[in-house]
Amino acid sequence: MTMEQILSYIPLDISLIAANFDRFLYGVWTTLNLTFIALFIGALLAIPMAIARASRHRFWNPIVWGYTYVFRGTPLLVQTYLIYYGFGQFEFIRHSWLWEPVLSSAWWCALIAFTLNTAAYSTELLRGAIIDTPKGEVEAAIATGHSYKARLRRIILPSAFRRAIPAYSNEVIFMLHGSVVASTITLQDILGVGRWLNGRYYLAYEGFITAALLYFLIVLCIASVFRWLERRYLRHLTRRETPATAEITPEPTR
Amino acid sequence: MTGISALKVDNLHKSFGQHEVIKGVSMEAQKGDVIAILGASGSGKSTFLRCINLLETPNSGDVYLAGEKIRMKRNRHGETVPADIRQVERMRARLAMVFQGFNLWSHMTVMENVLEGPLYVQKTPKSEALEKAKALLAKVGLADRADYYPAHLSGGQQQRVAIARALAMDPDVMLFDEPTSALDPELVGEVLAVMRDLAAEGRTMLVVTHEMGFARDVSSKTVFLHKGEVCEEGAPGKLFTNPETEQFKAFLSRMN
Repeated sequence: MTMEQILSYIPLDISLIAANFDRFLYGVWTTLNLTFIALFIGALLAIPMAIARASRHRFWNPIVWGYTYVFRGTPLLVQTYLIYYGFGQFEFIRHSWLWEPVLSSAWWCALIAFTLNTAAYSTELLRGAIIDTPKGEVEAAIATGHSYKARLRRIILPSAFRRAIPAYSNEVIFMLHGSVVASTITLQDILGVGRWLNGRYYLAYEGFITAALLYFLIVLCIASVFRWLERRYLRHLTRRETPATAEITPEPTR
Repeated sequence: MTGISALKVDNLHKSFGQHEVIKGVSMEAQKGDVIAILGASGSGKSTFLRCINLLETPNSGDVYLAGEKIRMKRNRHGETVPADIRQVERMRARLAMVFQGFNLWSHMTVMENVLEGPLYVQKTPKSEALEKAKALLAKVGLADRADYYPAHLSGGQQQRVAIARALAMDPDVMLFDEPTSALDPELVGEVLAVMRDLAAEGRTMLVVTHEMGFARDVSSKTVFLHKGEVCEEGAPGKLFTNPETEQFKAFLSRMN
């Protein structure tokens, strides 16, 4: 069978996808930079906020709680619309120094919404990991003479970050999938290119299946990075490999 | 009495809510003393030990380490709190503690556990700390386990690492909070052997324990706590052969 024959069985216009593949690559680039810049800044914001949420600080704990409650309680799409369409309603914002470079740009609005959203989820996720730090390990650090800061930096956070890895891999994947919201505010991310193809040629499958495949491939990469991270940083929780001989030695019967 | 005692506790009181757990306990350890603290569960012996390094904050009473008093004050709710947390942290670094549940830092290897205090509390130069950590691991018989994580060791091995971790701080006084109570019976011996060596070296130790043999053979002084008070104390030879109070007699007969 020749290549052309094989292709003829696939009910998709492969040549159309191929002709527009550079657009899809550009879409991948847009999706990746939006998602990962948002995740990076969101994680940096989440660390102090999670510490505040895990503490009994009278001022910061309720403030951060309110923030995460609002951003986890509303859809990302609504948050993005509020920033992109909402802010422009206010004259003082349109005339502020932030308008021209930032708030008038769809990319920046998406980045702000995504960052605030992932920061809220990451905060609560990391807070859970922090308060799960074994109490005895914290006591051992206190008894050794560690200050509160040293305890956080040396014991509590390193331990919490490790515990948070599996849950955080979900957050990364959700954020990637959530980033399709960008395509609704004119951005040509992966789904944006799919929508463009559908609108232009009225071929839904070509655009959307290609988009789905591209998201799927990115998820595969993310999952394998996290598998590596878990192997490396959760070693201390795994069972140590026993020598092969130990496994085949039968239990003595009594 | 010669000089300043290594550790002195004066009239310590501690309540949890309405319940008074420690009702005015005093204790004094000279350098090289091994004080065994006995008592039934609920007698307040662990709480007493945890008040010494302020893992629990006593309601009143003073703790002196080599003559230096841990300064306390009252906050605006009338609770007793440390006057200077830096002083408390300095004191804690000189009062190493070994816990019932080992409490090794699970994300760190054995070596990292032993290095943590010297490197990040005492700021010892790395090469010096490493040298000492290796020697200490050899001393507790775990030189070949330096790269293991705590979860990959037996309970007895973990407790020996915890003792090495405590020794790494060169403590003035070591506090042992039921160090063998969480161990399987066959693992108790290896931990007690290490503790006997430390006593023989002249380490100052306060040991809350249920190991009567250890108290009798190793301690220089045995204290029996009952309902938050010192019920009977003295040289173990005298105490174990000639218990005076009914409570201690009853306790001994239950333990044997």
